[in-house]
Order: sequence, then C-alpha cells, then structure tokens
Amino acid sequence: MLGADAGLTWNLTDDIRQLFEFHFMANAFRAGTIAAIVAGAIGWFVVLRRQSFVGHTLSVVAFPGAAGATLVGVSAAWGYFGFSIVAALLIAAIPRTQGHSFSEETAVVGTVQAFALALGFLFVTLYHGVLDEVDSLLFGSFLGITDSQVTTLLVIGAAGLAVLAVIARPLLFASIDPDVAAARGVPLRLLSVVFLLVLGLAVAEASQIVGVLLVFALLVIPPAIAQTITMRPLLSISIGVSIGVGIAWLGLALAYFYDQPVGFYTTSLALAGYVVARAGAWSGERARRARAST
Amino acid sequence: MTTTARSRLDETAVNSPADVTPAEGDRRPPSSRHDRAAQPLVSVRGATARLGRRTIWSDVTFDVGRGEFVAVLGPNGVGKSTLLKAMLGLVRVAPGDLRIAGEPPQSGSPEVGYLPQRRSFDSSVRVRGVDVVRLGLDGNRWGMPLPTWLGTRNRKAARTVRELVELVEATDFARRPIGQLSGGEQQRLLIAQALAGQPSLLLLDEPLDSLDLLNQSAIASLLDRICRSRGMTVIIVAHDVNPILPYLDRVVYLARGRAVAGAPGDVITSETLTNLYGTPIEVLHTSDGAPVIVGLPEATSYHPRLQAGPEAHLHG
Repeated sequence: MLGADAGLTWNLTDDIRQLFEFHFMANAFRAGTIAAIVAGAIGWFVVLRRQSFVGHTLSVVAFPGAAGATLVGVSAAWGYFGFSIVAALLIAAIPRTQGHSFSEETAVVGTVQAFALALGFLFVTLYHGVLDEVDSLLFGSFLGITDSQVTTLLVIGAAGLAVLAVIARPLLFASIDPDVAAARGVPLRLLSVVFLLVLGLAVAEASQIVGVLLVFALLVIPPAIAQTITMRPLLSISIGVSIGVGIAWLGLALAYFYDQPVGFYTTSLALAGYVVARAGAWSGERARRARAST
Repeated sequence: MTTTARSRLDETAVNSPADVTPAEGDRRPPSSRHDRAAQPLVSVRGATARLGRRTIWSDVTFDVGRGEFVAVLGPNGVGKSTLLKAMLGLVRVAPGDLRIAGEPPQSGSPEVGYLPQRRSFDSSVRVRGVDVVRLGLDGNRWGMPLPTWLGTRNRKAARTVRELVELVEATDFARRPIGQLSGGEQQRLLIAQALAGQPSLLLLDEPLDSLDLLNQSAIASLLDRICRSRGMTVIIVAHDVNPILPYLDRVVYLARGRAVAGAPGDVITSETLTNLYGTPIEVLHTSDGAPVIVGLPEATSYHPRLQAGPEAHLHG
C-alpha cells in the first residue's frame, strides 16, 4: 500500500519493526485494538440478544454522521458518535406492544437504515468529495488516525465498557430469561435502552476502523466464534475480545504490506475464523453423538 | 345468600359469587394445615383484574396457607396466568385486595419464586443449565457474571447452585447447554432457578404442559417433595389436574371470570362446576379415583389418560 519502501520480508522482527516505523501505523494499531476490545465485549451481548440487525443499523447511521461532519467541517468522530447515539435513542423509543417483541423493531430499524444510507450519500454528493472518501467511510481505512482520535476512542470505549460491566449480569438475565428477570425486578426496559446506547458507542468506534458496512467483522463474528468455543460467559467474552484484537492486528498488518483495504482483510479473517469454529463445533458434536450411540 | 353464609365461606376460603354456591364447600371443615398457619400466606379478597379495558376476572376471594400445595385450574384464557402475575405484583388488582404475607405484592421480591409458562430455550442458546440456575440467585444484581472460583461470595453461590441442582436431580445434565436438554430436564433446572432466591411462595405457570406423562408425574412429585420438605407454598397453574391431584391441598377453579376455591374433592364436583360454568357439567370418577369432567363448553378433556396418549394435549 505504501509502495516500494514497504514490503513483507518474512523476517518477523524486521516486519514488525517496519510496521511501527510510521506513527500513523502505531496509531492505527492503537485505535484498532481499542475498537476490537469494545466491539468484542459488547458484541457478545449483541449475539446473545440477536440484535445484529440493530447493531448494523447503528453503524450504517454513522455513515451520514461522518459524511455530515465532514460537510460542516468538524471532526468525523463527532458524526460517528453523535449519529449512532441519536439513532440508538430513536430505536429505543419504539414502543413495544407486548414485552420484548422485536418484530416491530425490525421494520422501524430497517427504515432507519435505508434512510441513513440515503442521507449519507446525499451528504457526500453535497460535499463533492472524491470517491475515495466514501470508500473509506463504508469499507474502512486506517490512514491518518491522529493522537487525539485515539484518545477519544480510548475514553469513550472505556466509558462504554464500564457501563457494560455494571449492567452485565442483569443484562445476561434479561437476555436469556426475560420473564423471570422481570419478575425478579430486573428493569428490562432501562437495560435495553442503556444497552442500545452502549452498542451505539461500540459500533461508532468499530466503524471508524473497518468501515460502517463491515462492522460485523469486529462486532458480531468474534463473539459468535467465542460462543461456539465455550459456554462460560466471562471466558467467552474474553475469548471473543482476543479473537477480535487478533483479527484487527492481522488485518492491519496485511493491509499495510499488501494493497487491499483493511476492511477486506479483517472481514476475511473473521469469516475464516467463523468457518473453522463452526466446523470444529460440528465435528465435536458428531464425535460426541458417535460416542453416545456406541 | 345471607351474611353469615358469606363470612363462613370466607373462613373456609371459598369464594362465592352470587350465582355460584359451592354446596359441599360449606360443609367441609377447614383443613388442619390451614388451622396451624396463623395468617394465610396469600390472601385474596374480592379481587378484580383488568388488562386494558377487559375484565379478566372479578370478585375472586380465597386464601392459601403456608406450606400448601395449590392448583389454579380452569379453561384456557380464563386468566390463570394473570392470577399468578397479580401475585407477582406485575398486574394490579383493583378493586379488591391481594396480599402476600400481609403485604401487597412487590415485583422483584425474593419471597416469590416464579416459573413462567411454556418456556423452552432455543437449541442454539449456548448457556449452561447451572448458569441459568445461578441467574435465579443473583441475576438481578448489578455487576459482572464472575467465574465461580473468584471470591467467597461466588464460591458460596456455586455451592448453593450445586445443592439446588442436586435437589431437582439435575446433576447429570446441568453443565450441558440448556437449549439442548429435553423439556423435562429444562423444567427441573428452571424449578431450581425459581427456588434459588429461597422463596416462601413458588408460582408455576403450567409447568407440566408439553411434558410426557412420565415426566409430568415425576415433576409433580418433585414439587410435592420440595413443598413438604421446605414448608414452601406451591401454587401451580394447571390444565390437567390429574398428575398433581394426589398432592393437592386446595384448588382455585377459574371460569367465566369467577372463581371457586376449596379442597379438590369439594370443588371438582358436578354441582360446583355446573354453577361455576352455568351449564350442566358432570364429574365422574375412574376406578383409581381420578375425576373426569364431562360437558365443558370448550370440550376440554381433563383426563388425557382416557384418551389416546399425547394427542389429548392438543385440546389445549
């Protein structure tokens, strides 16, 4: 990507030294690590609660956010976080007919998503920006991440994780067993609103690295892999986060040495990991059944 | 009906709306268990429940003593689940009065354990049975679900969970993903979860529904054992009274927005049910003493054993 002076030497120390030679690359790794940790932890609950569609919509909303921010001349980060949070509140405000049905939510969420994409395209058109801009908003980019952006990601990510740590246990209860949780006094509505807000933060972080359309590479796939590996909640979250960080690092390194975008690498790695994990789970289950039947 | 008759009925915890006279309920003395408990654990007085503008049931009056095993019976849609939700404090009773241990019900009270209706976990739910039981213990507390080896509180909680799992005889499968367990196995773990808060009142909404007959009687006797050994009050909403009949101290029979309560032998009679439903109903008894109710408007059978196996449940 950087032309002649950057190339994979297959000498690990040399390659790693080369990776961090440029400050922007070090920043890309910092930002990627933060985003992967936050998205991995919050994504674990997204997978558990089957809210992938909402997660995706919140990240798509970041597209007009970032484009609009660029249009009015403020930092794109404002757009990412601002729009995702507003969209999270909007989705949280959908009245539920009975308890926790997601069917109505799905229709409204889909509407929001389509409108967000259209709005983003409008902003880009108004900006008369080069097409490269749109590409990196949609599919991710690791170039030009500044120190202050890294700080913002760190502070907001830490806040999101702190909130998650406080609500994690009742959220787990509400996610797998809402009726009993409600009877035990768990505030379902409050939890779902707070979780949507935290989710908005997580996708706004992740979409700044892997792009708004490929946010699943860090948000959904690593936790999904982790949940096939273990059923212990905390261990599963930790494994999901580790896989996410691994995917982000490898994806950034590959994008540095080769000429394809970072979003493609992270998504491919995530897909490969998922296929391997599912195959492993399937063959494990088959072996267990075979043992049981003999 | 005279005032004296009314107060007498209240004493025996038999509700008597104007057009329903539980004839035999009058004559039967209150059960000895009921005498021992100074104050009833659950006391319902002239209670009415509304969902939206629809009145589900009205003027429901009955008492449940401590340590009693009680069934709430009645046709579908009559508001049996609503009655449980009222005891959970999730549905307000007005007008009328509903008290648990002398207090209005409070949602989230650890005094009341709850097992909602027809809950089965999707086979893709990757959560272990023990973790589901554990949530019943501390799932409503803020914080993170920590591993069991971390800290005294977690070790203590893990021990409690282990004991609960042993109590419901679920040790063999409690560590498997709950979504992959059979209905009966899931039900055992969910009972353990409901017991985790050490409730004095356990509310179960159709816990025997969708189980085969063997599992139905196994779960029924398990509930009875827990009820007797822990002195816990068990109120169970049931569609079919037969699996639980041997254990019952009292039934609350709901129909047409009204209720009759009393000992099973008094309530499940031709006269009482005819009065309650307002249409001729006959209660017959099989050779083993199980009642067969004939003539229900919904053509619901209350004795699936007489019918061709599991199809009987399709009437539900």
